[in-house]
Amino acid sequence: MSARTHSVPTFGVAALVALAGYSALFLAPTERTMGLIQRIFYFHVPSAWTGFVAFFIVCVASVAYLLKRAPKWDWLAVSAAEVGVAYFTAVLVTGPIWAKPVWGIWWTWDARLTSTFVLWLLYVSYLLLRTLVSDSERRAMVSAVFGIFAFLDVPLVYLSIWFWRTQHPQPVIGGGGLDPRMWPVFLVCWAALLGVMVLLLRQRYLLEALRHQVQEMAMEAQMGDQSESFENKQVVRAKGAQ
Amino acid sequence: MSLARAAAIILSKELRAEFRTRELLNTTVVFVVMVIVLFSFTFDPSSAESRRFGPGLLWLAFLFAGSLMLHPSFAREQANDTLSALRMAPIEPFAILAGKVLANFLFLLLAELLLLPLFAVLYNVHVVPVLGRLLLVFVLGTLGLTTVGTVFSAVAAQARMRELLLPLLLLPALAPVLIASAETTAGLLGDPPRLDPNWLAILVAFDVVFLTAAWLFGEYLLEE
Repeated sequence: MSARTHSVPTFGVAALVALAGYSALFLAPTERTMGLIQRIFYFHVPSAWTGFVAFFIVCVASVAYLLKRAPKWDWLAVSAAEVGVAYFTAVLVTGPIWAKPVWGIWWTWDARLTSTFVLWLLYVSYLLLRTLVSDSERRAMVSAVFGIFAFLDVPLVYLSIWFWRTQHPQPVIGGGGLDPRMWPVFLVCWAALLGVMVLLLRQRYLLEALRHQVQEMAMEAQMGDQSESFENKQVVRAKGAQ
Repeated sequence: MSLARAAAIILSKELRAEFRTRELLNTTVVFVVMVIVLFSFTFDPSSAESRRFGPGLLWLAFLFAGSLMLHPSFAREQANDTLSALRMAPIEPFAILAGKVLANFLFLLLAELLLLPLFAVLYNVHVVPVLGRLLLVFVLGTLGLTTVGTVFSAVAAQARMRELLLPLLLLPALAPVLIASAETTAGLLGDPPRLDPNWLAILVAFDVVFLTAAWLFGEYLLEE
């Protein structure tokens, strides 16, 4: 991975992020009732959608690991889980910033907010599980199974909110409520956040690969040490015999 | 040997081990009683309030009890490495998991049914007229709880701090079961009692999804 092949996508994503920021702040029309604070929507909702993509990658990589047993799928799964948790942290932080002026409260135990929180906790516990298993193959195996179960849980967690009253402004997307001029801005912002996700994922994946390499080298060095000291002893013994 | 027969043998082994000591059943029942009693200290509910909060509290207590009692399911096999012996048996690996899920399901359901009359008395609710439908909710909710719980017990058994880890893995994952079971129970204990088909559908969906997932992916956890 030379720095040159690296830089083209990085600059592309940086340009996209700049465009997204500009269009969300200046090009998008100001919402009539909520005013300027509504612009956080261009960061809040695409972050959630990107987070879902990341968690979907966790599930796909986990299934692939169980089928193929190649460590690279485990590296991808942990990378995507960390990136997804980061995005959902952004969702959980930007939500209250928006809610305070609009609803008058930072947080409410509304069903959608609660289930997003639950989703975040689910993947935090995935990362926690990984820290508590030392053997790398065993860790890959159990976290793959947990990663699949967690993803299967996502629709059920969200389904259970549809039968609960909610004060979240949910009919805005898909309900035809979004101003047609807002859509292009929204999509540019989502593309930018997806681009950032791919870059983060790639960096994190390479880091995991390096860690794996370091671990293997450390093990080889240890084994080398042992055999060396064994040889030394043999030499000493041989000398003693003479 | 067929899957059903192998699972039945594992089930009978689990039942025999449990009923020799009744450790799980006793501790679970006492634990839930304590939660119910302590709840009244912290919230000091009036009788109308306790009827409103009761179903949610009851399911929360079941969830906590489940996340504690499911831990020995696999951890107990590790002391003498009996899981390796089970794995060597000429049966499908899923039969081991299925037998354990069934056993845990029966233990928790039995504990819940023992606790139901006490709950009805302490929280002043009428359970007798809706007993059949309530049993249906208990069966569906407990099945979901113990299916995911048994699989996660096998996950946690491979980690450090497993007693602490299991509730952390299990509680967020069981949120749909908690919401749906508490809502249906509250509906049944309300006046007039009603059984909301939407919540029931979520419970059934949860059970089907995770039983299938346990069947497809559970056996990876039993590998050496």
